[in-house]
Amino acid sequence: MAELRSDTDTSSPKFLRDKYAIIGVGETAYTRRSGRTTKHMAVEAVRNAMNDAGLGPADIDGMMSYSAMDSTMSPAVGADLGIRLDFYMDVVGGGSSIEALVGLAMGAIEAGMCKTVVLFRSMNGATGMRMGGTGRGAPRFSGGQMFSGVYGLSSPAQMFSHSFMRHMHDFGTTPEQVAHVKVFHSQAASNNPKAYYSHRVTSDDVLSSRVIAYPLHLLDCCVETDNATALVVTSAERARDTRHTPARILSVVGRCNKPRMDDHYQHGPITRVAGYYAKDILWPNAGLGPEDIDVTGSYDAFTFTTLLQLEDYGFCEKGEGGHYVSDGTIALGGRRPNNTAGGHLCEGYTHGINMVVENVRQLRHDADDFCPTGPDGRRQHTYDYSEGACRQIRDVEVTANLGWGMPSLGSALVMRRG
Amino acid sequence: MALEGEYLGIQLFLGDEDPEIREFFEWCGRHELRLQRWKSNGLLSYPPGTASPWDGTPEFEWSPVAARGTVMSYSEVHHAILPTFREHLPYLLLRVELDQQRGQPTEHEAIRFLGNLVAPDGTLAPPDLLKQVGIGSRVKVVYVDVGEGFAIPQWTLDEDADPATPWRYDDGQTR
Repeated sequence: MAELRSDTDTSSPKFLRDKYAIIGVGETAYTRRSGRTTKHMAVEAVRNAMNDAGLGPADIDGMMSYSAMDSTMSPAVGADLGIRLDFYMDVVGGGSSIEALVGLAMGAIEAGMCKTVVLFRSMNGATGMRMGGTGRGAPRFSGGQMFSGVYGLSSPAQMFSHSFMRHMHDFGTTPEQVAHVKVFHSQAASNNPKAYYSHRVTSDDVLSSRVIAYPLHLLDCCVETDNATALVVTSAERARDTRHTPARILSVVGRCNKPRMDDHYQHGPITRVAGYYAKDILWPNAGLGPEDIDVTGSYDAFTFTTLLQLEDYGFCEKGEGGHYVSDGTIALGGRRPNNTAGGHLCEGYTHGINMVVENVRQLRHDADDFCPTGPDGRRQHTYDYSEGACRQIRDVEVTANLGWGMPSLGSALVMRRG
Repeated sequence: MALEGEYLGIQLFLGDEDPEIREFFEWCGRHELRLQRWKSNGLLSYPPGTASPWDGTPEFEWSPVAARGTVMSYSEVHHAILPTFREHLPYLLLRVELDQQRGQPTEHEAIRFLGNLVAPDGTLAPPDLLKQVGIGSRVKVVYVDVGEGFAIPQWTLDEDADPATPWRYDDGQTR
């Protein structure tokens, strides 16, 4: 086999750093009973993202979405908004999709297929299709289910639990440390008018909530909600004319795998997640490292997913995640806050896109919290992080999103202000 | 021939379109644990697949495996998704690392089965038995017959092993 040239290695740092940006974000309300279709919600979220960017239907020519076969497709959404598409793509996937789609949108524009792409995720995650199923209907198993479902393993909590439990065994990670992810995300959510769960909780609240599958309690698990969320990607040149400070894309990793993607427990360490591999693309391409990041968006399908990713992307040493998530680092006002809108544990469940939306707002220095609005129409942030006050972090310049599909699957995105 | 069975009220069906999976359970039906041994590298793999996960070559033979191992992780399920499992709560999801081929071909690799903790008769373990098992427990396979020539592998405490004190999760609620 001919040797590949290193200068054509797609994972080497180069070309598209800084050349694309997210210029608009929008969402619907986070509810547990939307009472409407995914198309209805998607149209609202995309319209909000377009308005946020100051763009009309003629300005959008690309659209992409992701779903677990539980949503509506781009042409239906575009049609209701008067958009004629030159490019669209609707893919199957949950968490870890959005960062990958940002990269694909950049690729579509780079290839000349379109100029400005809307990305959305619309899901009735509480009242429609639920991850792991509802258990309704007569079960009939075949194929791969003979190695999972037949043993009573079907939900994400059950599927990931062996990695989480082994982490506690290997590194002495305590239930109370892990519970602090929920504690700090709930504090952030209490300063987010949109959050589905906006009350603050204690680690005792987490540990005394009912057990789902050890080591996960109910409050270690995210809140499934009905909602749609959208964002707009375009080139840095076009981003200059938009309403808000753009969130410039430095680096993206899309659906990076551990070995044995089919069953990563065969290829340990089982406490290792895909970020271990993704980091070697993410940081060189960004030209930055974890120490340069002001705010993280580490996916919180469960408290534990946040912790494992922060370790493997290098925000702390492997095994130190329990300390990192409980010592105040990730809190509002901490050294490097995580999921400042409350994440999936508190704000709502969107398969990762709301965590990107939040970081875009943080980079604009315009988080939609409870701070008063000044004469220029912008919020006057107080940096008072007590309940019902501010959640804008001071002087945010660079953010990282760490998307999670499962222990063996991750995506990531680094953005900077401007 | 397709395999048909029933387990805890769940209908099981393994057709001819997935021959590797069907053959694995046919061996279990004979109460033998066999895995695919890939001709290219002599390694065993789990779960059954269409080619060697190390090099993608498809040639293999079914090779007997010593059905003993150690619990390397577990979860105790208290919230069932399928209604049929509600009657059996709590139950353990075990990740059993076989002794055979442990640490091969690289340090962190091993054959790691998923299964439940069962009593020696194959029924899902009662609560007092669950409390005896954790990371480090020695277990051996038990075949649970689910149909004609069709069984699934489960795991029970290996009484021949030195009794180990397993590592157990403790959040204050567990005792």
